Amino acid sequence: MKKSRVAAAFSAVAIAAGLAACSGGGGTSSGTGAAGTSPKLTNCTNKMMNGAPQVSVWAWYPNMATVVDNFNKAHTDVQVCWTNAGQGGDEYTKVQTAISAGKGLPDVVMLEADHLSSYEIQNALVDISKYGADKVKGNFSAGAWKDVSQGSAVYAAPVDGGPMALIYRTDIFAKYGITTPPATWAEYEADAQKVKDAGGPVFGDLGSNVPAVMMALQIQKGATPFAYDLSKPKDLTVNLADQPSKDVLDYWAGLVKKGLVGKEDQFTTDYISGVVSGKYATYVSAAWAPGYLTGAGVGKGASSGVWAVAPLPQWDPSNPVSVNWGGSAFAVTSQATDKALAAEVALGLYADPASLDDGWKTQTIFPLNQSVLTSDAFINNKSAFFNGQTANKDVYIPAENAYKGMVYAPITVYYYAQLQAELVKINAGQISGADAATELQANILKYAKGQGFTVTG
Amino acid sequence: MSHGSALSATSQPSRTGSQGPAGRGGSLRRRSATGWLFIAPFAVVYLLFLVAPLAYAFYLSLFSKGLATGTIFAGLGNYATAFTDPAFLSGVWFVLKFAVVLIPVQMAISLAVALVLDAITTRFARFARLMVFLPYAIPAVIGALMWGFLYSPTFGPLQQLFNVFGGQAPFLLGPSHVFGGLMNVVIWQWAGYYMIIIYAALQGIDTSIYEAARIDGASSWQLAFRIKVPLVSSALVLILVFALIGTLQFFTEPQILRLVSNGTITPEFTPNIYAYTQAFSYANFNYASAISFALGIVVFIAVYVFLFFTRKRGSFLS
Repeated sequence: MKKSRVAAAFSAVAIAAGLAACSGGGGTSSGTGAAGTSPKLTNCTNKMMNGAPQVSVWAWYPNMATVVDNFNKAHTDVQVCWTNAGQGGDEYTKVQTAISAGKGLPDVVMLEADHLSSYEIQNALVDISKYGADKVKGNFSAGAWKDVSQGSAVYAAPVDGGPMALIYRTDIFAKYGITTPPATWAEYEADAQKVKDAGGPVFGDLGSNVPAVMMALQIQKGATPFAYDLSKPKDLTVNLADQPSKDVLDYWAGLVKKGLVGKEDQFTTDYISGVVSGKYATYVSAAWAPGYLTGAGVGKGASSGVWAVAPLPQWDPSNPVSVNWGGSAFAVTSQATDKALAAEVALGLYADPASLDDGWKTQTIFPLNQSVLTSDAFINNKSAFFNGQTANKDVYIPAENAYKGMVYAPITVYYYAQLQAELVKINAGQISGADAATELQANILKYAKGQGFTVTG
Repeated sequence: MSHGSALSATSQPSRTGSQGPAGRGGSLRRRSATGWLFIAPFAVVYLLFLVAPLAYAFYLSLFSKGLATGTIFAGLGNYATAFTDPAFLSGVWFVLKFAVVLIPVQMAISLAVALVLDAITTRFARFARLMVFLPYAIPAVIGALMWGFLYSPTFGPLQQLFNVFGGQAPFLLGPSHVFGGLMNVVIWQWAGYYMIIIYAALQGIDTSIYEAARIDGASSWQLAFRIKVPLVSSALVLILVFALIGTLQFFTEPQILRLVSNGTITPEFTPNIYAYTQAFSYANFNYASAISFALGIVVFIAVYVFLFFTRKRGSFLS
């Protein structure tokens, strides 16, 4: 509640006043305001190495300070001014507000692949194919490149991917006699039941705040949630209630109902404390997870040396499908003062060997640059988090190589919010997976039509 | 008596200041210009930071913007959408229910504490007054974060209490408990503030009335409920209006606790959170403005209805 209650009845509309102020000229002011060839930016987290023109960047990589210094040391023609504007959703809120305001965006912004089309349709991103992106295309796999491009247009420079796998605890598996990690989702459920029957912890977790995971798991079974092509920006196909989508939601709803998985939101303090104390036997997650878990305090003390990783369980083991969660890229915004210079930063930042090494060694990124993916050091690296397991060679590189790219709609934020609401209902036992899919489809159809799309579905 | 003399004293110089019938009109104009000058600082701030943004927000609310359509004039279409939008209506319904349950409980607590603190005059009373008021001095965001930890199923004291008996504590932000969980936070935060308002009103009562009541044989209970409560009724109405407006605008606590609520607190939990989400997550500033105004209308109606039913004879509403 607001403290200034004395503002009486009309203060209810004061929030409207705030909105007006923000859409008029608010937003964060991290650059791009003053025109000129060499804008000097003020609120940079890092120190400049020289007086070259500056390019503002928003990014949340845990090792970003090192990455920025590496870049600035190597460049005399441009300097990066870095700000951490929040991780994931926090940053996207600011990005969206700055787009609506028409100013306040940085020159270069870190985005996940699933949000690119939402900003592309608002003309907020610059096609960098003509600024040198095509020259580095060969450094990336086809799937990785597809995630950042629309036809021949390229809207971001890929940095890291999120091939998904099954992270599990060797101590819990050993205690309950699970010798090989589940290779299929049927085995996953059977193992979960086995652990539960023996009085063990829950096997996994259906966190409502990570809807992107559910989307990826549905795609793994053959769902095609969206079809969208920026060459026809008003046409959108929504297909959220097809059989695979319903099946996957029903599968997880079943696990919840049988008490085989937890219902906690992920990456909260409570959740991390549960991960450390062995409340969950597995964690269905992406290649960047170990770095973020380590940052949150997992893998130390009681939970050190107990982690291992196996390929993501499959629906059809004879026809394995690889999916992604997250993975990020640098995009040049249309508000950038010098787009060529910004593109140079987008393509060069976090692309030098020193930065990439620093990123993958801490497992905060899974690099997409083939020079790393094919290097001996990377392939044969013995992961400290996974207790010496050669996780890259065994799990993540095959997963990344099999990844075909995913299609996202330009309404990602809304879609995730609605999917999250359905997951909450599933966790509360209020709705079946199939009904949740039907409800979601209806909601998204209505919203997309309201946004003016010609919707098929 | 003293009031009257003060009035005549202030009007005296101005009467002598006018210079005959001819100069009177000009002098009046000058005087009214001076008056405007005096309220100018307020007027400028008021127009610039309240009226202008409100007008602009209202202007925004008349348009609608789709990702694929661009901005089009919608007239009052956004309002029609808002009042048929289940997400908005469920939020309004929640805050209305919340207000109906919360406000009486909150009022009863703050009134009781104020009456007790007014009746005793020991050093303990001063200390207690400070302690009851203290939560209000804690920023709402900090308070909400703190309660988030207190409610935590892993670290919270409630769970530790249940651990002793080997049970599982209810998660106070879960779907079936979130109402009470939030109510607790709000009462904790605001009861002290209302207590101070009532207490100040109680202190303003002439103590000779109490003496007279005592002589007439009134007990302490009768003194409290027959004398004190009626005499502070205007303060009670005031805080009721504050509480009503504040509750209908419920935002900070649920917004902060959302992150630890396992999704119980949705993006449309209260109308204000819904407006915020529409604006800053979905980039729908037009609809968000409409929702804000629609909420303003609901608040206005609620407050008007309340004041109408608690009106006194001779007040502006009767």
